[in-house]
Amino acid sequence: MLKEILKILQSDARITTKQISTITGTPSAEVTKLIKQAEKDRIILKYKAIVNWDKVEDEQVWALIEVKLTPQKDVGFDSIAERIYRFPQTRTVYLISGSYDLFVLAVGKTNHEVADFVSQKLSHIEGVQGTVTQFVLKRYKEDGEIIEEKEGVKRQPVTL
Amino acid sequence: MSTNPKGQRRKYHISQRASQISPSGIRRFFDLLASVEGVISLGVGEPDFATPWHISEAAIESLEKGYTMYTSNLGMPELRQELSRYLRNNYNLEYDTDGELLITVGVSEALDLAMRAILDPGDEVIIPDPCYVSYNPCVVLAGGTPIMVPTNEQNNFEIGAADIEARITSRTKAILIGYPANPTGAVMSRDKLSEVAEVARRHRLLVVSDEIYAKLVYGVEHTCVATLPGMKENTILLGGFSKAYAMTGWRIGYVAAPKEIIAAMTKIHQYTMMCAPTMGQVAAIEALKSGEDSATEMVKDYNRRRMVMVKGLCDIGLSCFEPKGAFYAFPSIKCTGMTSEEFAERLLTEQKVAVVPGSAFGEYGEGYVRCCYATSLADIEEALTRMKRFVDKHQKGGLT
Repeated sequence: MLKEILKILQSDARITTKQISTITGTPSAEVTKLIKQAEKDRIILKYKAIVNWDKVEDEQVWALIEVKLTPQKDVGFDSIAERIYRFPQTRTVYLISGSYDLFVLAVGKTNHEVADFVSQKLSHIEGVQGTVTQFVLKRYKEDGEIIEEKEGVKRQPVTL
Repeated sequence: MSTNPKGQRRKYHISQRASQISPSGIRRFFDLLASVEGVISLGVGEPDFATPWHISEAAIESLEKGYTMYTSNLGMPELRQELSRYLRNNYNLEYDTDGELLITVGVSEALDLAMRAILDPGDEVIIPDPCYVSYNPCVVLAGGTPIMVPTNEQNNFEIGAADIEARITSRTKAILIGYPANPTGAVMSRDKLSEVAEVARRHRLLVVSDEIYAKLVYGVEHTCVATLPGMKENTILLGGFSKAYAMTGWRIGYVAAPKEIIAAMTKIHQYTMMCAPTMGQVAAIEALKSGEDSATEMVKDYNRRRMVMVKGLCDIGLSCFEPKGAFYAFPSIKCTGMTSEEFAERLLTEQKVAVVPGSAFGEYGEGYVRCCYATSLADIEEALTRMKRFVDKHQKGGLT
């Protein structure tokens, strides 16, 4: 049941406990209990909106940064990663396979701000061997949502 | 110049056959609907999902490759093979890809072909009432006579074997059923269906079974008529892709039936339709090959909305039989004292919610309305809120 509830919440975080109760045929109290526990266990991290910032004047600069690390004795990648993800400029940090080690998504108000973050902060962290920064030009899809959906499908209002 | 049945003069001669079938009784209602703004429609009869992208993509690719010609009258061989595999895997039924399967332009064409292939003038076809709107006209257009069997909420809108048997005459040729049902959402239990099959076998009647909603069942199993003992040779099985794979606009259906019947249907099909749309057939192949997951996800989603719709209707005082299939709820509106047409019309003008009057589906649909829940949860909830206002205002005192 928890998995079912998580799937429902993942597609609509604003759905009420009462609605989930109706949909799943589970008593409200049980739904509340499961969600509370999932929050406590950090299965549910947070409830957030997916925003298309391009439609608001508040512009954002997104950069995908490839980070190459130097493996250091007694210090795993995890601790270097932590030194990076603690920076509020980073939105996503993944350890990945391939030609570099960390994938970092950094967000700032201007190119300059992001560039400063990379040159002043990121590249000076011990263990960071090199970085390649790629600025995002356009976002098409965000977390499964198509950003500029073309005109929706039109159904006939009544069919028999 | 001639006159129509109402005695009005008209310019063109219209055949008796065409005059005989009545236009949808709720035409006026549709026109009204178009003139009202801000309507939430529970009147639709199709999924709100777009066709899964991998299916559309397969069709686009086929266009790029130039698959734009006619196909075999029977349908593309690959589609018939996939269909045969599907029927084997799902129902353990063996249909010969060469002669026992025909790809049609939706179940609509399949139904028309079936009636024209098996009926002579005056032959009778037994049909549950209420039922999908085209059953009756298709029988009439083929020269047959529809014999309606009342079904009701008390027996879960399942057609009763005894009720069928009581109506069998020397002219009876077939029993035409469609479960899971539009408009009621009813599913025939295996036991009840077996009783119907038994009557069909005893009286050597064909069962024409429209199973377009076969995949859309919730917590129960759909029984395919042809799987019942001895029924494969007595069944014209109609199915399609529209509902389960959200492919209504592609217009692809199929028939699985004994060779002789498929041969007769194919003759009519080849002269009137040539073949089903090629692009749609390619999409259908993809749906059968790898559409199962998408279909399952959609069914899960409908089920969530079904729960909200049914509970909501009951909460506002419109008692609702639990629909176990398709994507319709069929609540009783008798507590308002209105006819179903009046209810639908006034609900539309007063609260801007469109539902379909049950009377559109037959005499025994009176007193009910069809509410489709293949629409967003937010719209379902808003519609229920508006319907509550309407019902609270119009409920007859003391009847609840």
